[in-house]
Amino acid sequence: MTETGNATDRQGALVVLDNVNKYYGNLHVLRNINLGIERGEVVVVIGPSGGGKSTLCRTVNRLESIDSGTITFEGRPLPAEGKGLARLRSEVGMVFQSFNLFAHKTILENVTLGPIKVRGIPPKDAEKRGLELLERVGIAAQAHKHPAQLSGGQQQRAAIARALAMNPKMILFDEPTSALDPEMVQEVLDVMIELAGEGMTMMVVTHEMGFARRAANRVVFMAEGQIVEENTPEEFFTNARTDRAKDFLSKILTH
Amino acid sequence: MDELIKYAPDLLLSFLKNVQIAAVCAVLSLILGTILVSMRVSPTPVLRAAGTVYVNVVRNTPLTLILAFSALGLSDTLGLSFSQTPSTNGFWLVVLGLSAYTATFVCEALRSGINTVPLGQAEAARALGFTFVQSLRMIILPQAFRVVVAPLGSVMIAMMKNTTVAIAAGYLAESAFTMKDIFDDTGVSIPIFLGLIVAFMAVTLPIGFFTGWLAKRLAVT
Ligand SMILES: Nc1ncnc2c1ncn2[C@@H]1O[C@H](COP(=O)(O)OP(=O)(O)OP(=O)(O)O)[C@@H](O)[C@H]1O
Ligand SMILES: [Mg+2]
Repeated sequence: MTETGNATDRQGALVVLDNVNKYYGNLHVLRNINLGIERGEVVVVIGPSGGGKSTLCRTVNRLESIDSGTITFEGRPLPAEGKGLARLRSEVGMVFQSFNLFAHKTILENVTLGPIKVRGIPPKDAEKRGLELLERVGIAAQAHKHPAQLSGGQQQRAAIARALAMNPKMILFDEPTSALDPEMVQEVLDVMIELAGEGMTMMVVTHEMGFARRAANRVVFMAEGQIVEENTPEEFFTNARTDRAKDFLSKILTH
Repeated sequence: MDELIKYAPDLLLSFLKNVQIAAVCAVLSLILGTILVSMRVSPTPVLRAAGTVYVNVVRNTPLTLILAFSALGLSDTLGLSFSQTPSTNGFWLVVLGLSAYTATFVCEALRSGINTVPLGQAEAARALGFTFVQSLRMIILPQAFRVVVAPLGSVMIAMMKNTTVAIAAGYLAESAFTMKDIFDDTGVSIPIFLGLIVAFMAVTLPIGFFTGWLAKRLAVT
């Protein structure tokens, strides 16, 4: 695992956000964000509701555009549109809070559609790999069911398999377990911890401290659109540097 | 009753014209309606505007005027001609006008269907690298069609009945005009009225039953 770097290291990082600002109308949702993510690094983003965590996540695959600053992926600025943008998105996986599996497709079709239609992989090969991935996340038996027939935990694992099927260079997770019943949270986190162990680059918006402690290299604490603190998970949860973070932690720890 | 028997072959032949027009219009209006709704939800402002203007103008114009425009404007003035045979030419002018009109209702039905598809579906498609057209074709429209099968059935039923104003485009071979023609000779005949109503219902009722059944079936999965 790479250490969080200094400025020169950041040049080699997979994703670099440099002075990024974004507004929704008058609302300044991202304020001067500077953040680099190394290959193989797992960054957990944590912070109060409305702090801009989702927005930050979504700017990385350009589901949201930014108003100033630059974001580079593998050293190149994010393409603004067209084929370049589609390719970037196919290389950056995304897992949503509400799963967003394609409701009219089977689980296996959900996992193979991207590889077949975006990557042009022959259906037979995509299916073989899709089944392997479903096996890996533990839901091979559900391959031919529709999303609505699965539990939340199974759906989220299917969504992770769908992202993996594209062989992404990085996966963004936006609160992947917060729509789940408590007893299903761990099965999803286990899959994510395994992924992290295999060296997948991940940006994970989550309040799951257990996950952050076990899998994250770095915790980024965001509030009011700013990165308030960056720290190692251990330090952050036991000995946060900023009052804003301490205050936030005291709230989520006592709830 | 005698008149109905006497004129039954004429009426039947001309009623078949209504069915033919409706069959071709069903295909064309579904295609054109899908294109229109794609424009209306597209990220390109020019396409969106064009789709919106088309739908609002055509949907709010009386069908008889659209058919008259099809015959007088397109055919007579602009010289658009499908065939040397006047009745064949008239047939296609009716098909053109009626399809252009019905497509706006297809478009709006589909658009209400698209509005029921959660935003996350399109977002997930975009996040995988699908283009707008791919996501519309593979993810959004298939789900939208499922919810609007029954309303689309109503649109098709209305369209079938609308074939009876084909005279507005100068097309004289369909059944409502044939009926009036017969009445001019023999006077009004209730059995002929009823016969024609039964003929229309023989087509429209099954459309309603079929689309209703299909809607239920698709709703399960
Ligand atoms: N599409 C939008 N239009 C306008 N405002 C938005 C939009 N999306 C988000 N916002 C606002 O931007 C701010 C940041 O939102 P964001 O979803 O990034 O926060 P978050 O940290 O993910 O919060 P949560 O923990 O509730 O998910 C919030 O005030 C939110 O209301
Ligand atoms: Mg959020």
